[in-house]
Amino acid sequence: MEIKVDKKTCTGCGICKKACLYDAIDIIDGKAVINENCIFCGACIDVCRFNSIRISGIDEEEKDFSGYSGVCVYLEANGSTLSDVGFELVSEGRKLADKLGAGLSALAVGSSIKESAVEAFDYGLDKLYLADSPVFSNNVDDVFSKILVQVIARYRPDIFLAGATWFGRTLIPKVAAILRTGLTADCTGLEIDEEKKILLQTRPTFGGSILATIITRNARPQMATVRPHVMEKKKITGSTKNYEDKIEYIEIERSRFKTGYNLIGVDRELNEKINITDYNVIVSGGRGLGGGEKFSMLEELASLLGGVVGASRAAVDSGWISYPHQVGQTGKTVNPKIYIACGISGAIQHLAGMQTSDIIIAINKDPDASIFKVANYGIVGDLFEVVPVLIKRIKNGKPLI
Amino acid sequence: MIQVKIAVCIKQVPGTTEIKINPETNTLIREGVENIINPFDSYAIEEAVRLKERFNDENIEVTALSMGPPQSIEILKEAISVGADSAVLLSDRAFAGADTWATASTLAKGIRKIGDCRLIILGKQTLDGDTGQVGPELAQKMKIPFLGYVSCITELDKNKMRVKRLMEDRYETFEINLPIAISVVKDINVPRVPSLRGKMKAKNAVIPVWGAKEIEADEKEVGLSGSYTKVVKIFAPQIKHETKIIEGAIEEKVEELHKILKELNVL
Repeated sequence: MEIKVDKKTCTGCGICKKACLYDAIDIIDGKAVINENCIFCGACIDVCRFNSIRISGIDEEEKDFSGYSGVCVYLEANGSTLSDVGFELVSEGRKLADKLGAGLSALAVGSSIKESAVEAFDYGLDKLYLADSPVFSNNVDDVFSKILVQVIARYRPDIFLAGATWFGRTLIPKVAAILRTGLTADCTGLEIDEEKKILLQTRPTFGGSILATIITRNARPQMATVRPHVMEKKKITGSTKNYEDKIEYIEIERSRFKTGYNLIGVDRELNEKINITDYNVIVSGGRGLGGGEKFSMLEELASLLGGVVGASRAAVDSGWISYPHQVGQTGKTVNPKIYIACGISGAIQHLAGMQTSDIIIAINKDPDASIFKVANYGIVGDLFEVVPVLIKRIKNGKPLI
Repeated sequence: MIQVKIAVCIKQVPGTTEIKINPETNTLIREGVENIINPFDSYAIEEAVRLKERFNDENIEVTALSMGPPQSIEILKEAISVGADSAVLLSDRAFAGADTWATASTLAKGIRKIGDCRLIILGKQTLDGDTGQVGPELAQKMKIPFLGYVSCITELDKNKMRVKRLMEDRYETFEINLPIAISVVKDINVPRVPSLRGKMKAKNAVIPVWGAKEIEADEKEVGLSGSYTKVVKIFAPQIKHETKIIEGAIEEKVEELHKILKELNVL
């Protein structure tokens, strides 16, 4: 593998140097020179106006993937119900399968999940692989990876999609590694390249400040995990109710699914609402809150709106609220319908975790706070004035003016 | 005597805050970007060092390992300054352009060369790539189990450990056999700042640099050649909306906000 600059055509304009994220280009004697920081990302090639930069020596052997077809979606179970992201992916998978003129299947793995899994037919599914057994009652990576590999290896989908849930983000890499294929994490956009019939996988990188489109080369299936709440879940009209013949029951040989992970106990923090990614409304508090006891005010507002409380890193690090509530790059990535940021300045790491929310409302004293840049609505003011008045307004039901 | 050799995988990343794309030229603006140790990896190093201290065991040996360009030596020195016993840099032109799989392959070879590592600790993800995939892929490559999002290690002995992991809505406690690879979340500890003695130790440390030859890696397995995925385009996200600032006296502001929430069907 080699990257070369054609000294005859290079003008030393320096555009490539500016485009390089890795500080891998120097302009020496009026010519671009690539140094050892280069990771062959190709950003310089794209911006060069003189076609002076070339990468050579990438082994692009043509492999035959004709044995792989269709789109398969993983329906992740949470207890005996399935996570929403699975249905979102069925809707998205339908679009991709139609563009390829191929079929759409789904694999549901869990315990007593049939009733919930057949709902996927409402979203345009052609075929359901159902692995329903008590051996799948706990989400343990080695047990689940075995069944996923078994089904993918047997039915050979061209594309395999799963939710980028916390479980998905450790399980699916294991599956991809066993299958020896590529995996793109945490995608927010999927497209089909109509000419090459391949999957274009777009994902945020560098904390959401850049988007990268990625392809899977020389291996199949093309695998991606997809961020929850990004794809739209949409029922198909006139979907069949006669789904029984479209279900393939996967036979479970129990002895194959022994695990080395001994689950001793599960602690759900006394039903505290901590799975904040599940809620449509998140009311988040930051440094501006000034203390842990102030979160009760946000909790009151959140419950009036049917939502849950989130927090910035500053609030969690100050010990005001527990870590599972943290939104942002070091915490959870959320995409609720409404995100209300109270006293959060909007550090890029926080924005990375919430900027894809449908509607963002920011309340902050500082008119220059970066949170206002991503907000749809902003109130410049003291949250200790605004929030209590809002709570009162909602409770009384009477207009203030 | 626990006698557990621990490998901690760390990465040097650009401090992200400054990285933006110039919307007119579609080029990356990287003025003022400095390289830092991936913040998630600081928790991984700290936890390894704490295990050593907690069991007061000379036989727990912590090696920090990084794959990256030559300047990654800086973060390995940093690891030594906060208590790692030794460090190794995997650096070779052949490693460049690696995706998560090729990175996992390279790290696995490096860990094999270190030898007898029974516990591998990683950060939950990197700040730049943000995938969290290298840990599980590395574990699979080494044919050992992986457990992600560990927030507490309660027990450790030569053959097994007990850990608590954080999921979106619950904590799960597992007992699991060694060898194993785990990733840790920020909840697990508060990383220390290096002591003067640590800094001196780091300054004098000799950090070996291993290339493809030293770790016996085939060039086809590493770097861009060993990658199953490839970046075809990098671009700036579109900012779709404008911010509406709600003006007026407090009552007017709240009344307007109330109206918006009503229109959004949450009231």
